[in-house]
Amino acid sequence: MWYTKEHEWIAKVDGSYKMGITDYAQSELGDVVFVDFPDAGAEFAQGETALNVESVKAVSDVYLPIAGKILAVNEALNDSPQLINESPVADGWLLEVDVADEAQLDTLMNEEDYKSYVSELSK
Amino acid sequence: MLRKTILHPLHKEAGAKLMDFAGWEVPVQFTSLSEEHNQVRSDIGIFDVSHMGELFCRGEKAFEFLQRVTSNDLSKLKIGKAKYSLLLNEEGGVVDDLIIYRLSEDSFFICANASNAEKDFTWLSAQNREGVELLNQTESFGQIAIQGPNAEKILSRHYEDFDISGLGFFSFLEIGDATNGGTIVARTGYTGEDGFEVFLPTESTPQLWKELIGLGAKPIGFGARDTLRLEAALPLHGHELREDLPAKSSNVSCAVKFKKKDFVGKEALERIQKSGIEFTLIGVEVEGRGLVREGMELFFNDEKVGWVSSGTQTPTLGKAIGLGFVKTELAIFGQELFANIRNRMVPVRTVELPFYRRG
Repeated sequence: MWYTKEHEWIAKVDGSYKMGITDYAQSELGDVVFVDFPDAGAEFAQGETALNVESVKAVSDVYLPIAGKILAVNEALNDSPQLINESPVADGWLLEVDVADEAQLDTLMNEEDYKSYVSELSK
Repeated sequence: MLRKTILHPLHKEAGAKLMDFAGWEVPVQFTSLSEEHNQVRSDIGIFDVSHMGELFCRGEKAFEFLQRVTSNDLSKLKIGKAKYSLLLNEEGGVVDDLIIYRLSEDSFFICANASNAEKDFTWLSAQNREGVELLNQTESFGQIAIQGPNAEKILSRHYEDFDISGLGFFSFLEIGDATNGGTIVARTGYTGEDGFEVFLPTESTPQLWKELIGLGAKPIGFGARDTLRLEAALPLHGHELREDLPAKSSNVSCAVKFKKKDFVGKEALERIQKSGIEFTLIGVEVEGRGLVREGMELFFNDEKVGWVSSGTQTPTLGKAIGLGFVKTELAIFGQELFANIRNRMVPVRTVELPFYRRG
């Protein structure tokens, strides 16, 4: 699993990549009430805004951690956006992505680095 | 440098998330916005609103002065009662919205918006031909709002020597001398629930805050303060009330009394009334997918006809709602419009206000 400074995660699950926002991000956002998904097939560069996650208090851009094409979106979030708060990885994932260049993963943080990054922010 | 209220250390200790609001660092939420919102609707919540402005207007001609420079009619305002009023400019735009409390025949207490207190003071001073005494005492006052169906019960327990239950809406008690270290307990609020606002000396504020929490009140952040006032369709200055929009646009006719002989802004508003008001405040419910937010444009037949001034997802009703302005001819209930939500045209419908009314 890899992480961005903007608090997205990306992981390889059953041969394809899924991405979402981290537990830290969902707790900062508060109650998520709406996810504005991109269309399947849309392509994004690394770090480009792929979708918006909206809580009662604010809208947040979510960036694609590495370049890729959207294969699928987590349709369950249309009816139950709160899954992002309850389970930001297993149930509240956002997009399934066809990754353009796996080498870009090296530009991201691993779990250990991300944990210390977050603990610095929380100080 | 952000200003901090005297309760700021207690908010940090409680683990509140902080944000910048009108130049102050304030708690946006303590636990969860929706939980806090529902807490106020169903039980009791307390808000640190010490950032609000407190002014005094005193002197033989204090009444004449306020009657002339604010839009509501204070002629029947008794001692111990308060009135919602507006400071208008000569064009009829809203400099600020205020609550005016009559302390005695010739002494008034004024609660102003935090970011406007200094501006209001300067504005009032510049208009002062009656020679009244004006004081800006914002620094000396803390303010706690106690809101929700159980507000009366809890506050009565705190002020057991006073008749809190006997206070009617927009009535207040002055404990001691408010101009000299006293306290004002008013039955007012900004949530759409029953409740009170207590103005007290800054240094006494932490003690009252802690005692109310000890009595079972929960601290509520500014996130829920905004969703609560929005459901109740209470205007926020800078959003629904603006200096560059005539007060007539903003659904605050209850605070503008044309029967009054003369007041600042009257002439302009009467002129605008005749020629027609370009924009009118409306409430909208989103019918498509998404939330409307401040600044989003409203469309009718591909033509831009207005904008959203405040918007959120309401925790009580579970719907995306907003306040906004549209061309007056479209300001009718049930009007179908579109909101431009990040370049998607999403259907919205105008609805009756408020969105929420307590049962």
